[in-house]
Amino acid sequence: MSKIRVSLRKAIIASGLKNGMTVSFHHHLRNGDFVINMVMSEIEDLGISDIRIAASSFFPIHGSLVRHIKTGTITAIDCNYMSGPLAEAVTNGMLQKPVMFRTHGGRPRAIMDGSLKIDVAFIASPSSDDMGNLNGASGPSSCGSLGYAMPDALMAGKVIAITDNLVAYPNGPVSIDETNVDHVVVVDSIGDPSGIVSGTTQVTRDPVGHVIARHAADVIEASGLLKDGISFQTGAGGASLATAHYLREKMVSGGIKGSFGMGGITAFFVDMLEDGLFEKLIDVQCFDLDAVRSIRENPNHIEVSASQYANPSAKSCSVESLDVVVLGATEIDTDFNVNVLTDSSGNIMGGSGGHSDTAQGAKLTIIVANLLRARLPIVVDRVTTKVTPGETVDVLVTERGIAVNPARVDLMKSLKEKGLPVVDIVELKEMAEKMAGKPRKVSFTDRVIGFVEYRNGEIIDKVYQPAKE
Amino acid sequence: MGKKNAKAGSLESSDLLVVIEEKEAGEKLEIVMNSIVEKQYGDRIIEIAHEIAALKGMDNVRILIQDRGALDYAIRARIETAIERYERGV
Repeated sequence: MSKIRVSLRKAIIASGLKNGMTVSFHHHLRNGDFVINMVMSEIEDLGISDIRIAASSFFPIHGSLVRHIKTGTITAIDCNYMSGPLAEAVTNGMLQKPVMFRTHGGRPRAIMDGSLKIDVAFIASPSSDDMGNLNGASGPSSCGSLGYAMPDALMAGKVIAITDNLVAYPNGPVSIDETNVDHVVVVDSIGDPSGIVSGTTQVTRDPVGHVIARHAADVIEASGLLKDGISFQTGAGGASLATAHYLREKMVSGGIKGSFGMGGITAFFVDMLEDGLFEKLIDVQCFDLDAVRSIRENPNHIEVSASQYANPSAKSCSVESLDVVVLGATEIDTDFNVNVLTDSSGNIMGGSGGHSDTAQGAKLTIIVANLLRARLPIVVDRVTTKVTPGETVDVLVTERGIAVNPARVDLMKSLKEKGLPVVDIVELKEMAEKMAGKPRKVSFTDRVIGFVEYRNGEIIDKVYQPAKE
Repeated sequence: MGKKNAKAGSLESSDLLVVIEEKEAGEKLEIVMNSIVEKQYGDRIIEIAHEIAALKGMDNVRILIQDRGALDYAIRARIETAIERYERGV
């Protein structure tokens, strides 16, 4: 029997979606995604309401969802990251129920253990055959890895693949296979390539970022982990990617060959794979065109599910084999707790993504950050929102010094022996406040707008609505 | 003849743009400020602007400040420069 439905509307009807159900989406099309908006607007037109929308992440392009909150089509949101107008609307208290913020590993855990029950999963598919064998590596809207969609495909009641690139049966390679797909819908376009992947991710030219990055690479070297077989993950942002640049130099000059790079894969990591500095890449999401090409062509560039990437309830997952991760922060407190979810004024602007997963998994977790970001001290007494617990963070590297978690006595000793500028984290906070002045405390209402669910399912913090001034 | 005005600074991160405009004769000093760190440092920025305006005897102008998270010394320098330019008619 054919799985092709003549329209998205017919597929939604065939899925049996009803009021009060949960729909899910993946975010590999990032800020170029057309699928979430297209599906939610169809759901609203069908008169279905009180929907929980569970996406791995939301971006500015999903601003039209604000309209569906106003009309009552959407009444609950689960995600691992949220930015743009939707985040603004949630910050302003538009959604009655608090948003459930998970991590990239916590989400598949919740899906697999049934605490996030998905009724209908909608899978944006850059390539599909008529039976729903899917991959993300080819087609006009190719995005590379489909890792975040895999748990949804496995566990959802019904699965609808939405593609703009129907290919002859059987499609291959297969990221998500036909045994899990109920319906296939062909549409004109699932995304805007310019928003899906960036061109080539550039290493920052900010000199302060380079000071931080050089120190971070020195910390990795001093930790003793810089040796054959090293595994490494970093974000694509400023100082994080620059750290990869300096680590690469150290690997080249020391003749060191790594086992794997993981991420969020960028061109920088593809180059390291192709230049023989890593044996493999483990890829749950591609950030740029080179990563998409590499995952398509290179068998050593391995696509993994969100579960294999970071699910703490899985029998094992990749973050547990990770040596070093370099991450950013919007705030870090004197107990090393990190906030990447709200800004210092309490506005929602992100989420954990894989932050807390990799921090817990890696042997060495380094936070890189400018001591001040637009005047605001990065080190605070207590983070506005606790996303990554301080006990999973080892080092904070700033341009004014390196603070080591006091629990890592061994690391503190080796950094000092190597002559690195180690300072107490409280000292960094005081330094920042001396330059910028002590920030006035932001006030909050007692209205909860979000829960922070740690990767193991524990609620470790609540997000409160900031007070209007 | 148009009203006198002058500006200094930029809208780059960690900088600020200061615009000074002449007001109608007899009108009082007015300071208009917005900042990405208004909640944390807004009062401080207004305080600095008042302090410099008083020091320079500016009482018939509107001072518009668009702050992108500048530090105090940058705020002082931009306001002082804008006032100097205003007075020289640059």
